[in-house]
Amino acid sequence: MSFSTKSAVIALAAVAALSLSSCATNEGGDSSTDSSGSTSSLSGTISGVGASSQGSAQEAWIASFQTANPDVTINYSPDGSGAGRKAFAAGGSAYAGSDSALSDDELKGTFGSCVADTDPVNLPVYISPIAVIYNVEGVKDLKLDAETIAKIFKGDITTWNDPAIAAMNPDAKLPSSNITRVNRSDDSGTTKNFSDYLYKNVPEIWNAEPTDVFPFPGGEAAKGTSGVADAVANGTNAIGYADASAAASRKLGVAQLKVGDEFVAYSAEAAAAVVDASPLVEGRGDNDISIKLDRTTTEAGTYPLVLVSYLIACQEYKDKDQGSIVKEYLGYVASEEGQKEAADKAGSAPISASLTEKVKAAIATIK
Amino acid sequence: MSSTATLNLTRAASNPLTAGKLPRWAPLTLLAGSLVVSTIMFLLIQLASTTDSAASSGADSSSTDAGGINFFGIAFVGAVLYAVLITTFAWLAEGRRRAIDRLMTTLIVGAFVLALVPLISLLITVIAGGLARFDADFFTTSMRNVTGEGGGALHAIMGTLQITGLATLISVPVGLFTAIYLVEYGRGWLAKSITFFIDVMTGIPSIVAGLFAFALFAIFFGPGVRMGLGGAVALSVLMIPVVVRSSEEMLKLVPNELREASYALGVPKWLTISKVVIPTAIAGITTGVMISISRVIGETAPLLIIAGFTTSMNYNMLNGPVMTLPVFVYNSYANPGTDVNAYLDRAWAGALTLIVIVMLLNLGARIIAKIFSPKLAR
Amino acid sequence: MSETGIQDPLRVPPTDSATAPQPDSLAEAPSSVHETAESSSATPSQQASTPSPTSESLSPTKNPKTPKRLGDLLYSGTSRTAGILILVVLAAVAIFLIAQSIPALVGDPTQLRGTPNSFWEYVAPLAFGTVWAAALALLFALPVAIGIALFISHYAPRRLAAGLGYLIDLLAAVPSVVFGLWGIKVLAPAVQPLYEWLTINMGWFPLFAGPASGTGRTILTVAIVLAVMILPIITALCREVFLQTPVLHQEAALALGATRWEMVRIAVLPFGRAGIVSASMLGLGRALGETMAVAMVLSPAVVINFALLTSTNPTTIAANIALNFPEAFGINVNALIATGLVLFVITLLVNSIARIIVNRRKAFSGAN
Repeated sequence: MSFSTKSAVIALAAVAALSLSSCATNEGGDSSTDSSGSTSSLSGTISGVGASSQGSAQEAWIASFQTANPDVTINYSPDGSGAGRKAFAAGGSAYAGSDSALSDDELKGTFGSCVADTDPVNLPVYISPIAVIYNVEGVKDLKLDAETIAKIFKGDITTWNDPAIAAMNPDAKLPSSNITRVNRSDDSGTTKNFSDYLYKNVPEIWNAEPTDVFPFPGGEAAKGTSGVADAVANGTNAIGYADASAAASRKLGVAQLKVGDEFVAYSAEAAAAVVDASPLVEGRGDNDISIKLDRTTTEAGTYPLVLVSYLIACQEYKDKDQGSIVKEYLGYVASEEGQKEAADKAGSAPISASLTEKVKAAIATIK
Repeated sequence: MSSTATLNLTRAASNPLTAGKLPRWAPLTLLAGSLVVSTIMFLLIQLASTTDSAASSGADSSSTDAGGINFFGIAFVGAVLYAVLITTFAWLAEGRRRAIDRLMTTLIVGAFVLALVPLISLLITVIAGGLARFDADFFTTSMRNVTGEGGGALHAIMGTLQITGLATLISVPVGLFTAIYLVEYGRGWLAKSITFFIDVMTGIPSIVAGLFAFALFAIFFGPGVRMGLGGAVALSVLMIPVVVRSSEEMLKLVPNELREASYALGVPKWLTISKVVIPTAIAGITTGVMISISRVIGETAPLLIIAGFTTSMNYNMLNGPVMTLPVFVYNSYANPGTDVNAYLDRAWAGALTLIVIVMLLNLGARIIAKIFSPKLAR
Repeated sequence: MSETGIQDPLRVPPTDSATAPQPDSLAEAPSSVHETAESSSATPSQQASTPSPTSESLSPTKNPKTPKRLGDLLYSGTSRTAGILILVVLAAVAIFLIAQSIPALVGDPTQLRGTPNSFWEYVAPLAFGTVWAAALALLFALPVAIGIALFISHYAPRRLAAGLGYLIDLLAAVPSVVFGLWGIKVLAPAVQPLYEWLTINMGWFPLFAGPASGTGRTILTVAIVLAVMILPIITALCREVFLQTPVLHQEAALALGATRWEMVRIAVLPFGRAGIVSASMLGLGRALGETMAVAMVLSPAVVINFALLTSTNPTTIAANIALNFPEAFGINVNALIATGLVLFVITLLVNSIARIIVNRRKAFSGAN
């Protein structure tokens, strides 16, 4: 008996000590002091669900935004574009991140968080080049065109010293070993954009409608952007496609892409350029900015293998507090600082000045 | 002619009693010998391969890789060599049966050593990887507003403790009372079916428990629900059968004489159970509960589905996602930002924390069992 | 026993017709003492052998007084409720899974991931992968586990044995997500060159058909990780069984001149056979349901093939759920839950087999 009392006291003391120390030093109570006279009166918690491609950028945005607005908590779970659109439609999240804009069919449905009969808006705020990453010993500056990429990822080209690859890389010492091609195992907007690029450019080889699922079996499959990048980095003679940010942080080789007659290395500017050169989707509301990417461009200095990711928000929120947080947050995301933050932390391409104006105008109408 | 004679003489002289047996030093010598041979062999191969690849630069990374494998390779080849040698020698000197005995001994000891390889490799990796971030920051900060280095797992640790605690609060009363029912009251079809279905429940895969909790809470809170309570319910589904099983065993161990003595004193049954039976079995029950906790505390899959994840502290079990340590580890691995190493370091540190918690629980269970059991006589 | 008899000298004599003290009749004694205590507190003058108010009770000989006291009512009620609650929970699990599965079973299968022709076509490769990976894991783990169990029970020095057993139990304390991390970061890169070598030199053997995966994230790696995970479970059970081998059997074998291995073969292993089978079934059950380690290590594909070393591996049900559940919506959620149900049924079968064997063994060991 005496032991159990003693142990209870000890346990109680331990719990007390733990709960005392359990206010994380980087959050909580001291919000009033470290907000440094911020005029923000926002408070509340909102959640977003959506594309994992935006994951790193969202983290960076949320971190900065929460620092400026200490009473706001934003939870973004990078569950995937489809899940994001679904959760948004069901009213499970205040905004969605998606690698593709809402389709016309989806727009006809209802949206849980929005006032009835108002359409949500699609805002392109995250542009990221998709890198064709590779890890082959002794090979640097790999150059590829759409046809070769399609053949490699379809499984038609199986060794690194294939004539098609050698023709474009006369100086490289290509090994005779097998190509390990890595694709996404999960549903992914990156796959869809990659697939779309190949489908638009070489439909006779890449004869599969672009969807979120990688169409051709036989390759190595890995989950998520980092899964693919890790598999390429840890594998031997591997090639894969992933968000450019993943390539940079792992120091992987990135293939140059043939556009027109030249080979273009991926860069933020080249990616933003192709978005600027692309038309908007027709027949949408005034504030909806859905872009129809021009994959087959031959213009010099553009990199058409690019992913445009949207933030989807209500035009008018049922819950006005939620609406004001979303509006502020999106405003920050679209701003120059927000875009720079994402470029630094996630390796994305800042949207161009003209696009920024359009997006800001659209955000201003959110209620 | 003379040389063979002396050989026979010396052998006979040195082994007067153990004739027909290998000398005691033979196995150890053979083992050392085969390891040496195997090492030399590998060194030669490596020498050859490094001179081959010396021409192509950048061999540093590959050679370190090869070094790690070779260590295992040396041991493996050495062990195989030893098994062959000892069997052959024993066959020649001692006969077939002894040879087989020696071979099987080698294999059985080998199996044990083989099992230690992943254990040691795992512990070394986790400790080496985890110590980088196993610091005060890790236990005092959350991941809120952290995108690169720094940050910590306080939110995940608290979430794990809360969810597991809640699951324990649900499971222990239910499990304990069920065990009491089965041992003290249960007769007939109900007890039999409960026993059977506890067995069924033991086999529920953890992910299925997560799906169940998700489907259940989705009915009340709409689709896309994420909350800590759901995680606790999922863990309870996994935990209850373990608690019932262990408590039942412990209650059964309480000698009937104690119950009878109590009844004889006129003590009613419920008082007998709560004052005599349970206190007697409490050590075993506590041990069982702690082991069941250590079993569910590392569960990832159900929490991934129902508890979700967040970067901030969330003490509210009824609203919003709650981070847990296993999910923290998985998420740090699966969704690293641009600073991959910072995330991986945190993942390893989280793994180390998790292992430490589980080992403490196991240790605690053992200590409790030890402290309480001798006092049975009081 | 005797103590109670001494303590209640006044009440014992009138109750029992068989006046002899209790030691021979273990089963009857408690109930009779029981009744005495009860009747004495209620109505001292009443004959204890006729507990009239409990005629409606189901088992009058066992607990004739349950309906009387509030505490007892509460206790038996609570414990019975707890037991029933478990049945309800299990029924709820089954009902929810089935209800959520139905849309996938009757719905349009072409909406499922990979556009299969029917749900069964969708689940078949997953079920195959689940069983295949678990079976491989068992194949690796079982001999090693038996070896370890024998080592601890019969080979290691007595004083070391307990400590060594604890060492192996340590493996059971490692959470599966940590195994996953270890599998992908340490094991897969370590075994990849071996796979390369195997496909080149042993490629004629169907299991080792090439081309080798460039990353080592194959089903063989998964099976190794799973084997390590189920090793402590099988070892612990086998050890217990081996330790229970009657010492007389072992000594008899040794006395007949058997070597240690022969003793193990003719005394220990036959005795423990049922235990080994049930232990491996339990290990198999764990391997079937394992999620994170598989999800993190395997390079999945929707195929049925036996090749161990390639990039296209059949994935398991549990890993498939974990990987696709976050992104799934619409009918795909139902499909995933339906695969969960299939997994539940598979594990249930395996566990039931184990239980049947264990129970049969219990019947035998009672005679020992």
